[in-house]
Amino acid sequence: MAATEYIVRTKDVIKEFKMGQETLRALNGISVDIKRGEYISIMGPSGSGKSTLFNAIGGLDKPDSGSVFINDVDMAQLDSNELAFLRCHTIGYIFQTFNLIVVMTALENVRLPTIFAGMNTDEGTERGIELLNLVGLGQRLHHKPSELSGGQQQRVAIARALANNPSIILADEPTGNLDSKTGTEIIELLRKLNREKGVTVISATHDYKMLDVSDRIIWIRDGQIDKIENRSDLDIQLGGMAGQEE
Amino acid sequence: MPPENSDLLRASHESAGISRIRLPLATVVSIAINGLKIRFWRSMVTASGILLGIAFLSFVSTNLISTATSGRDERARLVWLVVMSLLVSTVGIVNSMLMSVTERFREIGTMKCLGAPDGFVVTLFFVEALFVGFIASFAGWLVGFLGAFAQKAAAVGCLHAGQSIGLTHTLELMGGCVLVGAFITLIATIAPAQRAAIMPAAAALRTEV
Repeated sequence: MAATEYIVRTKDVIKEFKMGQETLRALNGISVDIKRGEYISIMGPSGSGKSTLFNAIGGLDKPDSGSVFINDVDMAQLDSNELAFLRCHTIGYIFQTFNLIVVMTALENVRLPTIFAGMNTDEGTERGIELLNLVGLGQRLHHKPSELSGGQQQRVAIARALANNPSIILADEPTGNLDSKTGTEIIELLRKLNREKGVTVISATHDYKMLDVSDRIIWIRDGQIDKIENRSDLDIQLGGMAGQEE
Repeated sequence: MPPENSDLLRASHESAGISRIRLPLATVVSIAINGLKIRFWRSMVTASGILLGIAFLSFVSTNLISTATSGRDERARLVWLVVMSLLVSTVGIVNSMLMSVTERFREIGTMKCLGAPDGFVVTLFFVEALFVGFIASFAGWLVGFLGAFAQKAAAVGCLHAGQSIGLTHTLELMGGCVLVGAFITLIATIAPAQRAAIMPAAAALRTEV
């Protein structure tokens, strides 16, 4: 079993942005503990600080105060190369806008993180093909992002996020740019990866379809935690309609 | 359960600097060349700035060698002109590099999210700049040399023109022009590349261009 039960912990995280004369406090003391293997949704209206929290957990932005621990390592203590190492091996990122490298094919996109991890070309290519097969794009290896639909691009992004076997997948509005049906497929894919590979999924979203599959939902409002709900509580509230599989 | 990453990370944390990600240069070069091919016209803008500056340098230098009679004042004036033109083209290259970096903030941010170390971003831009610098400088030297040669040949004929310049000088000039061009391009790339590399990934991703 893991050295610690919690894979992500944040403690009193504060992040401010300067908007002209005014200072906007996007995160106002967020403390959450996320267990290994959980499927977490961070819910909240736009402007509530979801994405800022996402960036703080992912080590993409430094909080102004407070700490973020990944596997008990304080991210504030890491230098830029160690942060790069962490992003490379421990965290896989998925974005609303997919953020595939447009000049590269699906396979090259998925291979990119393996290059940063120092994997050799053959191994990386093999891994890329395996992952694209896993997300159902085995027939589209050499297509550029512009030749793929939104749902397919997001699948490539998911395959890319998995390239180095991360223990956490961070998704920022992964279904935000997709239609309802494609969105459901992406959510199901994430859930499947969470169950089968034990990857911790943390997703900032305001897509209510996510509620059905999440273990816990963290509601954020004005940069603070409004409430944290377990799905078991939610089931009672919704009269057992949601998540019938469990 | 996923493979145990906490030990891996802690190891990386403790042995700062030892677990640095090493990238095969060949991979960086192939990514850089691919990038240049895709952004062909943008690369051409950068390249034309270098080409023109170096062409002028090459033209004037070739002229100076083949025409030994020009006076000291004349030489000084020409050197001054060449230096000015190189300065102007350096500013042009910086501008064009800044544009090219800004255009690619999202791409850089994405690469950082995927684990690209800052050094990778810097290396990528330097490799690209070196390619453009070498090729454009060579082309610039050729244009300037041919221009000067044609001018001389029109006056004294091809054979005399060739003799007045000589193979050794031609090769020296070529090497000099290519080196100067590549050097200028590298200097012009430092600031934009540095800016791209140290930018936090989130800030790079937020940028809308």
